[in-house]
Amino acid sequence: MSALISRWRSIPRWAQLVILAAVVIFVPPVINIVERQTGFGLLTQVNRALIYVSLALGLNIVVGFAGLLDLGYAAFFAIGAYTFGILTWPSLRLDFSFFIAIWVCVLVAALFGMLIGAPTLRLRGDYLAIVTLAFGEIIPPLVRNLDNITIRIGDLVLVESFNLTNGPLGMKPLGRPNFGIVESIAGLSPGQLDPGVNPTFWYFIIVILVLVVLSASRRFEDSRIGRAWRAIREDETAARFMGVNTVRVKLLAFAFGASFSGLAGAVFASMLGAIFPELFRFQVSVFLLIIVILSGAGSVWGVLIGGLLISTFDGVLLAQIMPSIFPNSDVQSLRWVFFGIGLIAVMLFRPQGLFGHLGQRQRASQPVKEAAHGDAA
Amino acid sequence: MATLLEAKGVSKKFGGLTAVDTLDYSVEANAINSIIGPNGAGKTTFFNIVTGYYKPTTGTVQFDGHDIAGLAPHRLTRYGIGRTFQTIRLFGHLSALENVLIGMHHWLRSPWWSDLLKLRSTLREEAEAIRHGEELLAYVGLKGFEDVESRNLPYGLQRRLEIARALATRPKLLLLDEPTAGMNPNETKDMTAFIRRLRDERGLTILLIEHDMHVVMTISDKVTVLDYGRKISEGKPSDVQQDTRVIEAYLGSRALKMIKN
Repeated sequence: MSALISRWRSIPRWAQLVILAAVVIFVPPVINIVERQTGFGLLTQVNRALIYVSLALGLNIVVGFAGLLDLGYAAFFAIGAYTFGILTWPSLRLDFSFFIAIWVCVLVAALFGMLIGAPTLRLRGDYLAIVTLAFGEIIPPLVRNLDNITIRIGDLVLVESFNLTNGPLGMKPLGRPNFGIVESIAGLSPGQLDPGVNPTFWYFIIVILVLVVLSASRRFEDSRIGRAWRAIREDETAARFMGVNTVRVKLLAFAFGASFSGLAGAVFASMLGAIFPELFRFQVSVFLLIIVILSGAGSVWGVLIGGLLISTFDGVLLAQIMPSIFPNSDVQSLRWVFFGIGLIAVMLFRPQGLFGHLGQRQRASQPVKEAAHGDAA
Repeated sequence: MATLLEAKGVSKKFGGLTAVDTLDYSVEANAINSIIGPNGAGKTTFFNIVTGYYKPTTGTVQFDGHDIAGLAPHRLTRYGIGRTFQTIRLFGHLSALENVLIGMHHWLRSPWWSDLLKLRSTLREEAEAIRHGEELLAYVGLKGFEDVESRNLPYGLQRRLEIARALATRPKLLLLDEPTAGMNPNETKDMTAFIRRLRDERGLTILLIEHDMHVVMTISDKVTVLDYGRKISEGKPSDVQQDTRVIEAYLGSRALKMIKN
């Protein structure tokens, strides 16, 4: 593994990019062939895995960089998806374009990130985890009940029986990206570039999403703000004494973590074309946290690779291949058992995570010998 | 001599315990000011008041023309108060250089959106910060250790890295909380010489808590002795050494009688 990494580092950057681009482009056709041979739905699972990677990278900012344990991260995913729903659901007649709506979702999610962050700034560790857990639990029931809103002030009725989220029935259909301009420039007939439910179209849109989130993560990691996040994770009190405004820096961590998941939520909603409160339950938060911890909290490349592997393991191996091999056993119900065992094994044998070492520059992580100590001359 | 920091009537009570009791204290500029006293005398509590960790129960603290009592630690850092800790508190998983860069956090300007877009101003500032950080590491004797995770450094170098990190905040006043704790005689000698250099070469004002009497008596310009949160003696090292109240505080009144007899 480490030989492979150093080999990869030794090739020039443009060659790395060409190889990565080639892999990205050839994934859909290759998977199409495999799908035809085996009958498994693979590309939709790859898309789902990539969405989870974007979410996990957002959670990695909060948990991995800043060290703030967030157990309700799916709430921001829901906020992103439902904001997109509200902006594009035909019944509400807002009819935002996909490309504008996703950025509104980012802003709304970031705002909620700061809203939940602000009252929890004084909390640490377990206490913070409990508050975020509660926040994650509040959102699905809230969304389920926002289908019949009536606001009265005395006799004045401001809003009556307003259906914002369509409750348990879910919102459907939702807006899709419209490439009308590209079509007219390229001389294609209208609708030819409508992604519809075609997984290959969505694959490329989601790859762009992952690239945005990935490069933002990488840029933050080694910047002034990213260093401050990691300092807070290591020792919050010492960071304050060194001049870091921990309140501001923590709020930014919450805001950026949430905004990543708002963006992913919007794309997810558009891809499915329909959203329901049940899509954003506690299990989603737990699954994302498992990705971050198993892969290696704080390592951007680790979370990327680990997220892909773990989501594929979950969506392809556990959900499709195993049931086809053992048709009479219910392997899926053992899903959490596998993850539980995985977590215990990682904690015992590899506490830095499966891929926690990836992306760390050649930082010496071995103790330095005492003899090397020299005078301050 | 000019005064950089002046505390007047400062008290700090924790429930029924008075850790610092109506203390008047001033720090002379460009000098090494030491505070000594038996365990529990209130030295570290006073440090924590000066650096903003505690708000004093009563009293005022003036620093460089600002009223600072009760201000948040990160704001005091901006005014020019830097510190190290009694037990080392480095950012363990960050490299030595990154530790120093955190010290620069408050005066580096790059906002998050500039970090995100990698604007030229940010790149220039980062390069400059890294160069300055490497200089500071070389100054404290950590050249060649830039990329080592700080938790993997030997103890003596960790102490020096803490000082480099504090220097990176651009302090006028540097508070050192037992900088030679746990060091062997050779390391202690190096550290003592180094603290002197901080005053002489960088023009720093130093406020020192130290248990090693030899260190205190060798380098201090002014020594203040605390006991039960009160100032019991103050002056030049030689004056304090002769003060019977100090001997009594350290050794007890019976020992004092034995010495007199």
